[in-house]
Amino acid sequence: MATGAAVDVVMPQMGVSVSEGTITKWLKSVGESVEADEPLLEISTDKVDTEVPSPGSGVVSEILVSEGETVAVGTLLARIGGDGSAAAPPAPAPVEEPAAPAAPAPPAPAPAAPEPAEAHNGHDRTFVSPVVARIAAEHGIDPAQVEGTGRGGRVTKKDIQAFIEASPPPEAEAPGAPPTPAPVPVAAAPAAPAELEPGERIEPMSAMRRGIAEHMRRSLDTAAHVTSAIEVEMARVVAARERRKHEFEHEYGVKLTYLAFVARATVETLREWPWVNAELRGASIVTRNHVNLGFAVALEGGKGLIVPVVKHAEGLNLLGMARAVADLAERARSKKLLPDDVQGGTFTITNPGGAGTLLGTPVISQPQSAILGTYAVVKRPWVIQDETGADAIAIRPIMNLTLTYDHRLVDGAYAGGFLRDLRARLESWSDDE
Amino acid sequence: VSEKTYLQAISDGLRLEMRHDPRVFVLGEDVGVYGGAFKVTLGFQEEFGEWRVLDMPLSETAILGGATGAAMMGMRPVAEMQFADFVSCGWDHIVTIAAKQRWRAGTPVPIVLRLPSGGGFSGGPFHSQNPESSFAHVPGLKCVCPATPEDAKGLLISAIEDPNPVLFFEHKHLYRRVKGEVPDERYTTPIGVARIHRPGEDVTVVTWGAMVYTATEAAAQLEDLSVEIVDLRSVLPWDKEAVLASVRKTSKVLVLHEDTLTGGFGAEIAATVAEEAFEDLDAPPRRLAAPDTPVPFAPALEQAFIPQVADVVAALRELAEY
Repeated sequence: MATGAAVDVVMPQMGVSVSEGTITKWLKSVGESVEADEPLLEISTDKVDTEVPSPGSGVVSEILVSEGETVAVGTLLARIGGDGSAAAPPAPAPVEEPAAPAAPAPPAPAPAAPEPAEAHNGHDRTFVSPVVARIAAEHGIDPAQVEGTGRGGRVTKKDIQAFIEASPPPEAEAPGAPPTPAPVPVAAAPAAPAELEPGERIEPMSAMRRGIAEHMRRSLDTAAHVTSAIEVEMARVVAARERRKHEFEHEYGVKLTYLAFVARATVETLREWPWVNAELRGASIVTRNHVNLGFAVALEGGKGLIVPVVKHAEGLNLLGMARAVADLAERARSKKLLPDDVQGGTFTITNPGGAGTLLGTPVISQPQSAILGTYAVVKRPWVIQDETGADAIAIRPIMNLTLTYDHRLVDGAYAGGFLRDLRARLESWSDDE
Repeated sequence: VSEKTYLQAISDGLRLEMRHDPRVFVLGEDVGVYGGAFKVTLGFQEEFGEWRVLDMPLSETAILGGATGAAMMGMRPVAEMQFADFVSCGWDHIVTIAAKQRWRAGTPVPIVLRLPSGGGFSGGPFHSQNPESSFAHVPGLKCVCPATPEDAKGLLISAIEDPNPVLFFEHKHLYRRVKGEVPDERYTTPIGVARIHRPGEDVTVVTWGAMVYTATEAAAQLEDLSVEIVDLRSVLPWDKEAVLASVRKTSKVLVLHEDTLTGGFGAEIAATVAEEAFEDLDAPPRRLAAPDTPVPFAPALEQAFIPQVADVVAALRELAEY
């Protein structure tokens, strides 16, 4: 059993651009024992949902941040072990912080707004009632910003309603510089209409949904989106897949998908068209000698979209690519992605074709400069030249590809060149690739 | 429409229903010659004869067993307990037979039990209780607890028409103290539908029976607070939707009843509010009820036992300030 000092559990740093996380579930409660590296809690950020492993072994002696709360990176979440932790009465969580406005003091309302970062970091707040929590979530308000008139400065339903009425609707809240999202998710969503029409249902956005909403809006506000499309005759890829899928499955346990072929060809093509794999950083253009290839994975039930990244994809052959994609997709769906898995992408492939769609205009994942869309492989009548050079119509598997690019950096001719070369690579696919 | 006391309204409803339906008859101790302990059936034997207004021996078991059997044979008995407290003698007939016969054998048991209940007049432990919670726990029964003369008449007629056993809790303290406009004709008030006794915005009081008036007086004293009073009128079935709608509006609720606290019907309401309106609550649901003791005789002790206006004022004040 644990002896010695208690181990602190803090909100982990989920990558450079993530400043806070929401506790979605505690997997252990106070008094339960936990092994080092055993999953202790689940957290959700605007980038990823993940389990947090326990940093040490012992009995969970304190849980300081409850489910549903959003706290800054580094905030103390729980303590594990420590001498006498088993005997110590479970301390009532919120009283711990010295700064707390304790009960005996005259009801000193929490200082209004000047230091939102201070007021936000968790357990120095008074109790938030269910209805206040719901209204706050619906309107994207941090209750700590509202002056409370209830007992001990508690924010009452009337307080938060008055706060909403007094503040103007948070329209088009300036997104700020892309790499540094505002630390406090205040008023991320437009205020929900107060009254529901008959038959309507209302629910708060998940952290992931809010993240997607913010990112998509910001991307459209940032990049000059243009989309070009090209048709690719996939006969050789289809044949290669038929030839090799059993081998992949039986020898390596990897499912061989069209995505692996497209990804492989894309990585090769990006070497020749570096601006498609580049980034505008201020007034400069940043190109690189590697491809960190993101690919969009839809979670079940429309719950969201996550973009895990295959790092250094230029070093992977078809098998390595297929394996990396399968591994990341599986971990994305089972919430086992690590923060690093979703960071650092330089180019993204999205595959809306799974449902049979033929064309789309995806949104670029910032700060990248382009995104490739892949669509359904469909048999079509296709004009070919027979051995005598005469035109003939044959049945061929055709796939549309789109490249949506940031016209600030990439021009149409450049994008077209990339698509043309990508098509050529796929149409002339050989197993040497 | 004429002004009637709560007692006159019950008497009026019973008389109209006996005229309306020849299957209806009353039975109880002293209901005939004497006109009932509280004179609800005064003059009934003269009008309807001694076979429809039966003076029964001093046996609640016989009254309730006889009523159950008569109902199974197609009659519509209205049995009176002199005091609701005595109904426990007939528990077996009500809970084991009347409540379950329809489920066991398909035979409806359309009895009405009139149960003069409630305290406030130093009646002591055997003549002051409000046992509605005990019966509200029994599937197959209905329990109504009217607060106004108009509801008392309309709910009694509904109870007699109802094919299920209905326990009609009439509050003794309201018999002659409460007057109100009551339509002269025959009408029904639906069982299981609450009534907004007083509309408000800030806090909800859910109550029934005599406590409706205690809550009303308390609300009148709280001038700066807008109190909504929901009169349940029936506790089985109870109007969950009306309570939830009010709580969703005010976000704060006090459940008030004259019966003792533990296992009282207020617990069911508070639990339902917590389960189904959790995200609308701005304060913990609160109960105010009698302490868990028998009802005392001594007036001072009885006052301390039954929730008083001042107690309701204090509870509402606390909720408002939460």
